[in-house]
Amino acid sequence: MSERSGPVVTPARVGAAVCVIAPFVATLWISSYNKISPKLGGMPFFYWWQLLWVILTGVLMVAAYFLVKYDQGKRGGE
Amino acid sequence: MNTHVNQTELWIVIFFFVLVSGLGFAAARWRRASDFMHLDQWGLGGRSFGGFVTWFLLGGDLYTAYTFIAVPAALFAGGALGFFAVPYTIIVWPLIFVFLPRLWSVSHRHGYVTPADFVRGRHGSKSLSLAVAVTGIVATMPYIALQLVGIQACLDVIGLSGSGSGWLSKDLPLFIAFAVLAAFTYSSGLRAPALIAFIKDTLVYLVVIVAVIYIPTKIAGGWGHIFDASQKKLTTPNPVTHKPAGSITLSHPNVMPYASLALGSAMALFMYPHAQVGVLATRARGTVRRNISALAAYSLMLGLIALLGYMAIAEGFTTKSLGGNPQLAVPALFNKVFPSWFAGVGYAAITIGALVPAAIMSIAAANLFTRNIWVDFIRPDSSPHEQTRVSQLVSLLVKAGALVFVLSLDRTSAINFQLLGGVLILQTFPAIVFGLYTRYFHRWALLAGWAVGIVWGSVTAWNQSSPTQHHFGSQVAYIPFTGTKAYIAMTAFVLNAIVVLLVNFVLKAVKAPAGIDETSPADYLAEADESGVQPLPEPAAP
Repeated sequence: MSERSGPVVTPARVGAAVCVIAPFVATLWISSYNKISPKLGGMPFFYWWQLLWVILTGVLMVAAYFLVKYDQGKRGGE
Repeated sequence: MNTHVNQTELWIVIFFFVLVSGLGFAAARWRRASDFMHLDQWGLGGRSFGGFVTWFLLGGDLYTAYTFIAVPAALFAGGALGFFAVPYTIIVWPLIFVFLPRLWSVSHRHGYVTPADFVRGRHGSKSLSLAVAVTGIVATMPYIALQLVGIQACLDVIGLSGSGSGWLSKDLPLFIAFAVLAAFTYSSGLRAPALIAFIKDTLVYLVVIVAVIYIPTKIAGGWGHIFDASQKKLTTPNPVTHKPAGSITLSHPNVMPYASLALGSAMALFMYPHAQVGVLATRARGTVRRNISALAAYSLMLGLIALLGYMAIAEGFTTKSLGGNPQLAVPALFNKVFPSWFAGVGYAAITIGALVPAAIMSIAAANLFTRNIWVDFIRPDSSPHEQTRVSQLVSLLVKAGALVFVLSLDRTSAINFQLLGGVLILQTFPAIVFGLYTRYFHRWALLAGWAVGIVWGSVTAWNQSSPTQHHFGSQVAYIPFTGTKAYIAMTAFVLNAIVVLLVNFVLKAVKAPAGIDETSPADYLAEADESGVQPLPEPAAP
């Protein structure tokens, strides 16, 4: 069953929260990437930086999935 | 634009169209259950899809012909602002990582087929559920129409439409495509697009990978030249308006629109009924969450597709050379740089890419009508068999409506139709997502917020004029009492949330009756194996 026990804040949960929040900060903080240089293979920073974050977000979502799973395993839940 | 038909391209598109149509009809037998005439079967594919099918289905569902046509067209015509589609499809994944598993669990526990089912069960309010259902249907219609615009753009470049004299000969191919789509959706339900999505996604990946490798090598100077040429073209003032079209980076006034378009579109995406159909059709609570990182592959593809708009600029296309229709940028680019047979594959990818989401959207809209209007207000005691029949018929009506929509309105404004839908659908966010976490908000407060958001958003969108359109000319508008522009849907959402808070405060003070909540906290965490997937458990409390 879905009984949950243990502290509300655990390192695994904080880690998962960071993984989930990071893409929001990276993409919505526009002034950090709204520029031409440094270019990568002729592509302005604005474009390759956001495409890079697509890949990073994929990696962060895997991490968040396993952190949540680990956390629930420790709680004897799902 | 062309006066003669490109035979090779046409036959390749016809070949793939016949192939997927056959698959669509055959899909009725795929994973068939004993009782097909049940909304869980026709409308949700038996709620049985695992990670693999879901990856194709959601990808085929969310990354539509809109991806191929409108996003590159936006970069082609306006520069960096159009690239908001990338941050949008980045933040949509962490966003749904948080709330979708809760919606999945509660829907499985209570047999909810639509998000409006959940709203009725959670808030005990048929009127709020009706508001959510009607919003979903109305917002989905232009989205289906947008898929047609994608098909139309390809037919134009092949030389099939646009040159005809009467409206019938001009739009006949579109009619045929839609009649076939309607027929196999009717007979196979969600299984048809789920099966076709395999072909669609394979073709799309193939075309995109070839395009982003092949085209930059063909264009002298590669990526560097593509961006330099785009910057030069975009910053050159228009001879009529004396203003540049844009830039390859964001100008200061475009920063807020960029951020609000990305965030607002991400929040809106999974409020769309077709997106939720893809989620509710999964087998287990964890299916989508486990899949999210793999779904990000589609976002990468979208980013690369967007850049096709700049490649079209570098290849010398202008809005004028495309007959005033920037939506033709990608099909025209394919036509110019690819051999005919591969351009045909590209158009087939776009055409099938339009059929899959159009099928899922019409199913989702039909489910909403059946569950939240037909059963709730017209025939409360209709059997599962009757519900499925009604859904099948409504799916036909919805598609016919979309066809009328696209034939009667300005076809170059495809992206604005969809963005108006975004304005509407985002107003259901509080009722659905706030509702997943708390019952603090009163049903009437949520309804009041919804109404204010819808009215303000629609009126504001209507009032935006552009050099080419008197109404719906832009998806961004000034935030009231400021000099900053933002995505209309997002401003309307903030207004909506403020009204919810204020009205809620008053309703709590006068102790207005809050409605019965049929869900319990454990429902939001339930796994499939705990309760078993019940077809339709107890009917919801009236």
